[in-house]
Amino acid sequence: MIPDSLREHDAAKAVDAFDRDALTGGHFDLGELTLEIAPAKIVSVCGFLKYDRKFVRLSSVTAVDRYPGEPRFEVVYHLHSIERNERLRLKSRLTGTDPVIESVTSVWRSANWYEREVFDLFGIQFLNHPNLRRIMMPEDWEGHPLRKDYPVTGYRM
Amino acid sequence: MSEAEVPDQITATLEQDPSDTGPQRMILNMGPQHPSTHGVLRLLIELDGEIITNCQPDIGYLHTGIEKEFEVKNYQQAVTLTDRVDYLAPLSNNLCYCLAAEKLLGLEIPPQAQWMRVMLTELTRLNSHLVWLATHAIDIGAMSVFLYCFREREDILRIFEMFSGQRMMTSYFRIGGLALEPPRGWYQRVKKFIDVFPSRVDEYEDLLTNNRIWIGRTRGIGFISLEDMLDLGITGPMLRAAGLKMDARKDKPYCSYEKFDFEVPTRTENDVYARYQVRIEEMRQSARIITQAMEGMPSGPWKAEDQHVVLPDREKMKTQMEALIYHFKIVTEGFRVPEGEVYQVIESPRGELAYYMVSDGTTKPYRVHMRTPSFGNLQAVPKLVEGILIADVIASIGSMDFVLGDTDR
Repeated sequence: MIPDSLREHDAAKAVDAFDRDALTGGHFDLGELTLEIAPAKIVSVCGFLKYDRKFVRLSSVTAVDRYPGEPRFEVVYHLHSIERNERLRLKSRLTGTDPVIESVTSVWRSANWYEREVFDLFGIQFLNHPNLRRIMMPEDWEGHPLRKDYPVTGYRM
Repeated sequence: MSEAEVPDQITATLEQDPSDTGPQRMILNMGPQHPSTHGVLRLLIELDGEIITNCQPDIGYLHTGIEKEFEVKNYQQAVTLTDRVDYLAPLSNNLCYCLAAEKLLGLEIPPQAQWMRVMLTELTRLNSHLVWLATHAIDIGAMSVFLYCFREREDILRIFEMFSGQRMMTSYFRIGGLALEPPRGWYQRVKKFIDVFPSRVDEYEDLLTNNRIWIGRTRGIGFISLEDMLDLGITGPMLRAAGLKMDARKDKPYCSYEKFDFEVPTRTENDVYARYQVRIEEMRQSARIITQAMEGMPSGPWKAEDQHVVLPDREKMKTQMEALIYHFKIVTEGFRVPEGEVYQVIESPRGELAYYMVSDGTTKPYRVHMRTPSFGNLQAVPKLVEGILIADVIASIGSMDFVLGDTDR
């Protein structure tokens, strides 16, 4: 359902018209539009936004850890439409016990490394990712450093 | 390089008997200490004779966990971290970080500070492009260009040192404005530099633009289609060399860039030579912007009027009780930033630089994510070098202009 505050935003209306179950919330602050998308719908919504709404670029994928809150993780996508000079933020909330979301590499190939970075530093699993390995940390590293319960100084051996 | 431009002999051998190439296949490890990678990039290249069939970049050697570090520093302290991301464009990173925090705070930045910021980030662009040109030329074999470019870069670094005391890690921008007023004689110094700079660019062009070896090594090399570029996350001069006029300074002006008169250069050839031309032209445009900023520099304060965020003047701090209290509060505890999130995009010398900042209403950022241009660009390396000759790898990846610190953060 589309929140009342977003009724005059085209992108929000379009996503709502595309799939009524996809949009779970959102807000418009500081001139930036944020849409909250149900995790199960992320790939179809991204595909719709890319091909029908001309968001040809995926600017970044990152995550925010709300530990100890639940749902713990927010996966954040920043989309960019060059044609309409418009930016859009998508957000999907994942639980701390089972942080899994479908990969959007099938929509934008650039998601490959962005998602690998999120996997590496937050431990979020991306389903159907072609090469989900660590990218920043060494292959045999234990833990995910950007989680809030990971100490800044690391663990002593 | 497109199919037609591969030398005939090689295409011919491949067509004659593709199965015959089996024993020639080999894996070549390039880096992580290869001098042309400007940092520590490792490329695993699969070769068929001299033609690259596959390439895997391996990054992460310079990962320093800066994003984690942000979460334990208060907002003002964290400015110094942003320099360390990209050693060739420290002020661009300072600027992006400050703009993000200022947007959350709703701070109004006075015109003089804004114009100074424009001027300094353009000097940073010159600095970065000069190092790119110098090292790219030396990779391809033009030694003298390196020395010419570093002569001007030295001037820029001295200018940086004059106002910030540091040649590279300047940390000069503060949330709310600038750290200090520029010292006496600084403007004259910049003016002296910028008056001769366009003639120096002519010198580089004399050495390279019509140089037959340079053209032979760069023209028609490093082609990658515009669709692939957008899909793989490439931004900056590479996109502009393919004909797409995407520049955050024009698309969504920040820091009063809309008040400056400059062009965004584009080319359509989409090869290493076109990227060279775009960057050369960008240097000329940056020089134009700096000249305009010098001539029209507004007078007034160089930091915002907000006693909760900006440190009081030294004089006030020594004479007024209230100013002293605010000074103490800001230094010991920092300032609170309203809850919210912001994605600030600027045009760094390498492309789209963005800071995603999440605040939970405390004095430290809850989360800062840096969308760095090198990380996005580097992802396209396999596509860029696929099917080209091993000898052209250096020219191709050199034309991307990445910094590994910027990639790994």
